[in-house]
Amino acid sequence: MTPFPLNLPQLLGSPTYLIVYLIIGVAFGAVLEMAGFGVSTKLAAQFYFKDMTVLKVMFTAIIVAMVFIFIATGLGLLDYNLVYVNETYLVPGIVGGLIMGFGFIIGGFCPGTALASAATLKIDGIIFSLGALFGIFLFGETVGGFEDFWHSTYYGRWTLMELFNANTGVIVVAVMIMALLAFAASEWAERIVGKRTEKQPRWRYAAAGSGLVLAFATVVIGQPTNAVRWNMIAEQKQPLLDTRAVFAHPAEVLKYMNDRKIVTMLVDVRDEADYNQFHVRDARHVPIDQLSTIVEEFHALPENAVVFVMSNDEEKAVEAWRYLVADSVVNVYIMDGGVNKWLDTFGEADFKTAAAIESSGPDMLRYTFPMAYGEKHPASAPHEDRFEVAFEPHVVLAIKRGAVAGGCG
Amino acid sequence: MATYVSAQSTQVGVKTASKRVARPYVHPYAAGILLGLVLFLSFFLTGNGLGASGGLNRILVSFEDLVMPDHVDRVAYLIPMAGGDRNPLENWVVLLVVGTVFGGFLSGWFNGRVKLETIKGPNVSTRTRWIMAFLGGALMGYGARMARGCTSGQALSGGSVLSVGSWAFMFAVFGGAYLLAYFVRKAWN
Repeated sequence: MTPFPLNLPQLLGSPTYLIVYLIIGVAFGAVLEMAGFGVSTKLAAQFYFKDMTVLKVMFTAIIVAMVFIFIATGLGLLDYNLVYVNETYLVPGIVGGLIMGFGFIIGGFCPGTALASAATLKIDGIIFSLGALFGIFLFGETVGGFEDFWHSTYYGRWTLMELFNANTGVIVVAVMIMALLAFAASEWAERIVGKRTEKQPRWRYAAAGSGLVLAFATVVIGQPTNAVRWNMIAEQKQPLLDTRAVFAHPAEVLKYMNDRKIVTMLVDVRDEADYNQFHVRDARHVPIDQLSTIVEEFHALPENAVVFVMSNDEEKAVEAWRYLVADSVVNVYIMDGGVNKWLDTFGEADFKTAAAIESSGPDMLRYTFPMAYGEKHPASAPHEDRFEVAFEPHVVLAIKRGAVAGGCG
Repeated sequence: MATYVSAQSTQVGVKTASKRVARPYVHPYAAGILLGLVLFLSFFLTGNGLGASGGLNRILVSFEDLVMPDHVDRVAYLIPMAGGDRNPLENWVVLLVVGTVFGGFLSGWFNGRVKLETIKGPNVSTRTRWIMAFLGGALMGYGARMARGCTSGQALSGGSVLSVGSWAFMFAVFGGAYLLAYFVRKAWN
């Protein structure tokens, strides 16, 4: 399994694990201060093309973090699924960005740099921080008036790879080249507009070269496909299938369906005809080749969520389980015996004698229905107390790792 | 690399509160590389990037929760942070912000740059600078919440993991600042 990001709450306990963020924060603040971001005039000079420090530091940081992140994900060290990618709310993001841009040039800081400035006792930094708190307060009090706008143009976890329909490596190289060109343009602007004459260090060429090499490395390494990801975790996860630890009896599935404290997701991977004939109440029809479309949604499920996949018997469900687990979805279980066993368990006696047929092959439905019932069949939503079935519980809810909600908290 | 002395600094030789000579700032690219490594480590270890405005937000909400808990429990935006007996401070981004202030101070102290002063352009009064700082801060805070992240949480973090929204946001911030820069040029030049 990809070892990173670490499962900090499990590793260090809660809330002790938060200390890691404190340490990261110290490093963050120190670097901001070292860059000169505590000084408003230096930041503002960016927008008169005189001192392009803001752009240089920001873009350098972005490309450095980017190449290391995508080399790490490419090598299977870091799980991109568990890395927080800011969700896109396009228009509110752009409008908020413009307002921030105005605030930047009027006030001379952005929130992070203002903190570094306040920490070194710059009065303008302290006042700016107080102003930021006031703005945040104002937002909390007024957002109720434009809630719809604030939630509009939502695209979820939307990456540049999806936007341009390109490989990760290609995007990484493109961003790298764009950044290097921006640096060259910045230095040119500093010479022409800023009339700056000091010599720039030679090592920056070596650094730019290394950046390009690392960016091309992400192309060569590529990103692991779902099959490759499964191979990386097979040794650890296959025993769960072999010992049937991840198979949940239909009665256990029913128990979770009726448990209001748990978010239960049922995923039916059979073909559409079978699904239309009969399916368990609230089961979602997701053909096996479309599993990738639900991965993002399932990552966003809360901690108290459990996912059950089912086919007629188990074959396709096992395949689906492998897919979801390889894509780091947690708390995924297979319905033991599939829909056939569900009907064995929860079908009324007269239904069973009338509808049971010989199985026509592996993972085929063993019952026949006179019409397409969907979930309108009595066995779709059986009463728990009518069928008292003993089962061995297999579901154990695991703590999620990685980022649940990031950005600015 | 980090010790490269930038010739452009105007801070050389200024006596400061810590009775040290203020050292010049690190070269922008070197600082950028360091910042990139911090950002990478943050993602690598925790899955989260960096953030600032979210932490400020939660610190503010914790005060609101002290002063007017009923109000907090009625505003939809505040409930997920501090509704009922939720503690808005028990969150990663709060610790990150506390660390940022501490780290900024440490670096400033060791480099002799901690000094009570107002930094402003040559053609504005201190009072004007203060008013503009507050106004700019308020716009920043408001915009950052609307955009669901500030320069750190959206532009840096989202930019490096290639989020479309974060890149659009980044261009908007630079665009907004460049648009207005001409009209407030007196404040900085």
